[in-house]
Amino acid sequence: MTTLSPPGTSRTEDEPGPPGKGPEHVRRRRILPDRLRRAGLPYLLLLPALILEILIHLAPMAVGVVMSFKELTQEYIRNWDLAPWAGTDNFRIAVDVNAPVGEALLDSFLITCAFTVLAVGLAWLLGVTAAILMQETFRGRGLLRALFLTPYALPVYTAVITWSFLLQRDDGMVNHVIHDQLGLTDSEPFWLIGDNSFIALVVVSVWRTWPFAFLILMAALQNIPRELYEAAQVDGAGIRQQIRRITLPSLRPVNQVLVLVLFLWTFNDFNVPYILFGKSAPEAADLISIHIYQSSFVTWDFGSGSAMSVLLLLFLLVVTGCYLLATGRGRKAR
Amino acid sequence: MTGTRAPAAATPLQGTAVPRGRPKASPTAPPRSFVWTRRIVLTLLAVFAATPLLVMLSSSLKPLQDVSGGFRWIPTRVTVSPYLDIWSTVPLADYFVNSLIVAGSATGASVLIATFAAYAVSRYRFRGKRLFTVTILSTQMFPGILFLLPLFLIFVNLGNATGIALYGSRGALIVTYLTFTLPFSVWMLIGYFDSIPRDLDEAALTDGCGPLGALFRVVVPAAVPGIVAVAVYSFMTAWGEVLFASVMTNEATRTLAIGLQGYSTQTQVYWNQVMAASLVASVPVVAGFLLLQRYLVTGLTAGAVK
Repeated sequence: MTTLSPPGTSRTEDEPGPPGKGPEHVRRRRILPDRLRRAGLPYLLLLPALILEILIHLAPMAVGVVMSFKELTQEYIRNWDLAPWAGTDNFRIAVDVNAPVGEALLDSFLITCAFTVLAVGLAWLLGVTAAILMQETFRGRGLLRALFLTPYALPVYTAVITWSFLLQRDDGMVNHVIHDQLGLTDSEPFWLIGDNSFIALVVVSVWRTWPFAFLILMAALQNIPRELYEAAQVDGAGIRQQIRRITLPSLRPVNQVLVLVLFLWTFNDFNVPYILFGKSAPEAADLISIHIYQSSFVTWDFGSGSAMSVLLLLFLLVVTGCYLLATGRGRKAR
Repeated sequence: MTGTRAPAAATPLQGTAVPRGRPKASPTAPPRSFVWTRRIVLTLLAVFAATPLLVMLSSSLKPLQDVSGGFRWIPTRVTVSPYLDIWSTVPLADYFVNSLIVAGSATGASVLIATFAAYAVSRYRFRGKRLFTVTILSTQMFPGILFLLPLFLIFVNLGNATGIALYGSRGALIVTYLTFTLPFSVWMLIGYFDSIPRDLDEAALTDGCGPLGALFRVVVPAAVPGIVAVAVYSFMTAWGEVLFASVMTNEATRTLAIGLQGYSTQTQVYWNQVMAASLVASVPVVAGFLLLQRYLVTGLTAGAVK
C-alpha cells in the first residue's frame, strides 16, 4: 500500500508545523524535516482509516477468496488451515444449474434481480415525487417531512418486526383491512409464506428505503438556483414543464449516484428478509444474501458459501463497472 | 432551508390567485391543480408511512388478548403493562446498554477517523490519494455477507491463537461497525471540507497553528453540520445492524437488534411487548434523527450530493 515516511519525522501535532502548502519562508531553517513532515502528514492522517479498512474489509475479502477454494466444512471450522483444497469444485457446484445447489442459487439470483428492480424503482419514484411536491414551502411541510423520514430513521429490526406483525395472517392489520373491512379476498391470505411473501418483501423494502431517496433528492433540489424557475415562469413555462426541463435534468448527477447506492443496498439486503421470515425464507422471497447465509451458517459449509459470495462480488463489480462507464461517472470520480 | 417564503403557496386555498399580479414575494405560487395533486399524493404517502407507526403505538398499549385473534384499530382497553413487562421478559436493559456502548463507541471513533482522513484528502496533494478514495469507496459496495464468514473465522481463530476472546466481544463489533460507516463518512466529509474555503485554514496556518490545530480550531467548527450528519448516520447504522450482531454476539454482549427476537416463544409471540420494546428501541435514534435532520440535509446539500 502507500509508503509512510519515518514516524519520527512525520509527527507534527504539537509544534507549530509547516503550512500545508503555504508560504515557504515560515521555517526555512529545517527545510528537509519540514518537507518530509509535509509529505508524511497526509499518510499519517489516513493511516487509521486505512488500517481498519484493510483489517476488516480487504483482508477478510482475501481470506474469503481463499476459502472459496477449500473444502471448509464443519470439522475444519476451528482449524481451517487443515481444510483440504477443493480446486474449483465449490464454484462448479454453485454454477451447475442442473444440480439442486446451482438451480437454487440461480432461482435466488433471479428473484433478487426482480426484487431489486421493483424495489429500487418504486423507492426512487416515491422519493422523487415527494421531493418535488415538497420543494415549495406550505403549511405543515416540516411535520410531513419528519413523518416521511421516520421509517428510514427507525432501526431496521423494529421497522421490519412491526411489518411482520401487520402481515400476520390472523392477527395482522393488512388482512383485517383487505379481508374484513374491504372484503377483497375470499379468505385471509398468507403474506409471510408462499408466493405473496415476494410482495410483502417489496412493500417493506420500499417503505424503508424511499425516505432515503426523498432525503437525498430533497437536499439536491436545494442546490437548484431559484432564478431558473423564476426565469422559466417569466417565459411562461408551466409546472410540468419546469419539472421536466429544470428539475429532472438538474437532478441527473445525484440520481446516478442515488440509484447505484439503492441498487447495491437493495441487492445485498439481508436485514429485511432475515427479520421478516426468519432463518429460512420462503422460496419466493429467497434473496441472495439469505441464500448464502443459509448455505454457510445453517449447513456449515463455508467453502461453498464463500464461492457463492465471490460470484456475487464479481457480479456486483461487473454491474457497477458497466453502470459507471455508461453514466460517465467513473472518469469524474476523485 | 430555502430562504424564500412563499406566503401564497403556503395557503393552498388561495391557489386561484394569479401569481403574476403579485409583487416578487411569491413568484412561484403553484396553480390549483398542482396544489390538489400535491395534497392527494402527499396524503397517500403519509398514510403509507404512518400506518405501521400507528399500529406499533396502538398495539403496544393493548393487553395480550387484544393483540392476538383479530386486529382492532383503536384499542378497547388501554394498558401500559407491556412497557413494564418488556424489561423482565428478556434482559432488555442489558441489550439496550450493549447497543448504546457499541453504537456510541463506533460513532465516536468513526467520526474522528473519518475527519482525519477527509482532511488529508481535501487539503493535501499526495501520491495514492486516488487509490485511497477509490479503495475506501469500493468497500462500501461489498455485500456484508461476503466478509461475514471470513471475519467470523478470523475472529475465532485469532481468539484461539491469542487467548483474547474477540468473537462475541463488544470490541470486535465496534471495530466492525466502525468500518461499515467509514467509507460514507469519509466521502461525505471530503465534500463538506472542500466546500469550506481554504483561506480559512491557511490563515490559521500562517498564524502559527499546526495542521491539526487548523483542523480542529478552524475546519471542524466550520464543518459542524457535516460532522453531525456523519455522526447521525454512523449511530443509526450501528444501532440497526443485524447481520453481524446475529453472528458475533453472545448472551452477554447481545444488542437490541438480536435481543428483540426474545419475545417470541415456540408457541406464542408477545406482540404487545414486541411493539413496546420496538418503540423503546426506536426512540433514541428516531428522536436524534428528527432533531438533527436539519443538519443532515445541510450536510448532504453541501457534501454528498454536490
